[in-house]
Amino acid sequence: MADKPSDAEILEGLSEIVEEVAGVSPDDVTADKSFVDDLDIDSLSMVEIAVQAEDRFGVKIPDDELANLKTVGDAVTYVSSHA
Amino acid sequence: MTGLLEGKRLLITGVITDASIAFHVAKAAQEQGAEVVLTGFGRMSLVQRIATRLPKPAPVIELDVQNDEQLAGLADAVREHVDGLDGVVHAIGFAPQSCLGAPFLDAPWKDVAVALEVSAYSLKSLAVAALPLLGPGSSIVGLDFDARVAWPAYNWMGVAKAAFESTNRYLARELGPKGVRVNLVAAGPVRTMAAKSIPGFKELEDAWGERAPLGWDVNDATPVAKSVCALLSDWLPATTGSMVWVDGGVHALGM
Repeated sequence: MADKPSDAEILEGLSEIVEEVAGVSPDDVTADKSFVDDLDIDSLSMVEIAVQAEDRFGVKIPDDELANLKTVGDAVTYVSSHA
Repeated sequence: MTGLLEGKRLLITGVITDASIAFHVAKAAQEQGAEVVLTGFGRMSLVQRIATRLPKPAPVIELDVQNDEQLAGLADAVREHVDGLDGVVHAIGFAPQSCLGAPFLDAPWKDVAVALEVSAYSLKSLAVAALPLLGPGSSIVGLDFDARVAWPAYNWMGVAKAAFESTNRYLARELGPKGVRVNLVAAGPVRTMAAKSIPGFKELEDAWGERAPLGWDVNDATPVAKSVCALLSDWLPATTGSMVWVDGGVHALGM
């Protein structure tokens, strides 16, 4: 990616991915939401979201890191600091 | 230098992420000159995305080993990509939660039956489905976890692996006259999606590296992948019905 995406762009990209993978409305994907507890996303869906995010933002999300990304905000921060 | 698997046409099951052992088998096989077709289950969009991360993007066929229709259609589906097969990799296993890490004595038969069908009987199902494409000299390789002994937490999956090992021997007996070899690689623990879903896997992981005479890295699937490629190659031509331990040597020790 030529320019580093802004947090808002990352959040928008993530919400599109979450909608595609898990059928969650983008309006529900906000920074404070927990993937598991609020958005009801299972572990394999999380992997698919991570894989899509890797391709889209050009980051690598190791499995051990993925386990630490509890909320949408955690994911935005991770992508932002590694993109 | 030509590769170990130059010109070999392989069907590889069991890829779900790029941590999957099967992904590393596909990668090593391609690096050695093989043409690879994958099968995927359930999360087809994920498998297809992961398939593009191979050195050469591989086509993906949907295959649920409990689905008779998909099994019956497998040979034709594979023929859309390659005109035959020289090797098949079985890297499929599943057990319901009651069977892994839960009290061994409490698992109901209906759950155990699923574990046995998906993790053991499927070796036969896959072999039969692929058989029309397999000629003399071809090789079927399954991924195993040594089931001669009982492990912590592995429970009914271990029982299923014992059935898997027996199925391997009977398939070797049935398919030998057709020139088809059937073997297993009994791997040490590798940190995959499947492994992480096993409660108590950590215990096994930690002990393995300490015990293995050669050492063992749970984050490195390459030794297993290379060993599978060796069995797929022409260089173990009289080996069938065997289990090859790729575990750093842990199986050889008493304590």
